[in-house]
Amino acid sequence: MSLPAARPIRLRVNGETVEGQVEPRLTLADFLREHLRLTGTHLGCEHGVCGACTVLVDGRSVRGCLMLALQADGAEVVTIEGIAARCPVRGEAVARGEATLSILQESFRDHHALQCGFCTPGMVATAHALLAENPAPSAEEVRLGISGNLCRCTGYVPIVEAILDAAQRLREGA
Amino acid sequence: MKAAAFEYAAPRSLSEAHALLREHGEDARLLAGGQSLMPVLALRLASPAILVDLNRVAGLDELRGTSAGDLLTGAMVRTRTLELSAEVARTQPLLHAAVPWIAHVQIRNRGTLGGSLSHADPAAELPAVAMASDATLIIAGARGTREQPAHAFFTGLFGTTLAPDEILTGVRWPAWPTGRRHGFVEVARRHGDYAIVGVALTVDLDPDRLVTGARVVVFGAADTAVRATAVEAALIGQPAGEPLAAAAAGHASDGLDARGDLQASAEYRRELAPVLVRRALLQAFGLSAPRASR
Repeated sequence: MSLPAARPIRLRVNGETVEGQVEPRLTLADFLREHLRLTGTHLGCEHGVCGACTVLVDGRSVRGCLMLALQADGAEVVTIEGIAARCPVRGEAVARGEATLSILQESFRDHHALQCGFCTPGMVATAHALLAENPAPSAEEVRLGISGNLCRCTGYVPIVEAILDAAQRLREGA
Repeated sequence: MKAAAFEYAAPRSLSEAHALLREHGEDARLLAGGQSLMPVLALRLASPAILVDLNRVAGLDELRGTSAGDLLTGAMVRTRTLELSAEVARTQPLLHAAVPWIAHVQIRNRGTLGGSLSHADPAAELPAVAMASDATLIIAGARGTREQPAHAFFTGLFGTTLAPDEILTGVRWPAWPTGRRHGFVEVARRHGDYAIVGVALTVDLDPDRLVTGARVVVFGAADTAVRATAVEAALIGQPAGEPLAAAAAGHASDGLDARGDLQASAEYRRELAPVLVRRALLQAFGLSAPRASR
């Protein structure tokens, strides 16, 4: 039995238009990693539980492992590699090459909110979308917001603190 | 792991989708939000020959009130859309209370109302909420459209009355009657996990706070969400209050064919159901506040 033929897709990833030829069963996560070599998006469980593969599709945080690349045809995708350029405060500086990290990413660093870093891209993507929707979350709202992202290293407390601190710094515009 | 190979079609209309289902029969699976089906495929618990993707079919995601005060929700409405909808908050309090308990925000951003109902996971919230809200499901087959009350739709473990050529296209939520109150309680080990046991209920209170109607649904405990009819019978005609909540809740496990799995034994679920029914009744009677999170 021959495998299904590859099909063309065309979408925007981190602000650039990309094209690909994909088998139907290729997930968005695998397309990003294997075809575009954007390996910042990680595969933990590949069945939607761990959150390591979380990316932004049309502004919403989604599981990259639970979307087919074909379904992302025509969509606007942002991965961890493109998150810094989306920072409401730091984004322009990043685009000009004057900075590399978003406020949120700096806050993760400052609060030691990552150790091995495996959950971090999914965690940052989730937090980025959370703060875009809710710029002034309570600690409880942050905890609920990251409930779909498993971390085996940090115990979550520094992650919550980093997100709350980033929220405040973003509100202050610096 | 990776899914087994499959063909894929993304019809633009319901008739195109029906034609594909007719052509491929049992070899086809409908793809909605993918939050239940994709894990099934990745774990190779199923390997359909072709996925029929409903995401490009126009007209399946409406959300609007009718002149009669009912709420119409298309099957492809994302659960996150339900969560953020002011219309849902205003007109369907039980649905509004329950949606934040569905998995996690990333799941709700893609997962759909119709997908959850069609998948019929015994631990899912939406089947129970649809039953307790007296919702009607709208189903389109190749031969025409039919309507079915939610409480008659679920037939067994992951089983519904959907024929292979049928597509759930929407849900009608009846106008919320004056005097109707709701309760929703769910227990899981972590927020967002599949419910070990949950309760979605509505009761109707007359001006003297006598119960005139009740729909008490327990989910997660058996192969489907189930109406706790013994609880409902114990409520009718009685005055709302803590004594009634305790007495009626005691019947929650009467005739309950509880299931055991890795999460909890059948015995544990039988123990838990009356506890949660009592808490949900106290919410409905206005005697306790619902937890926003766990």
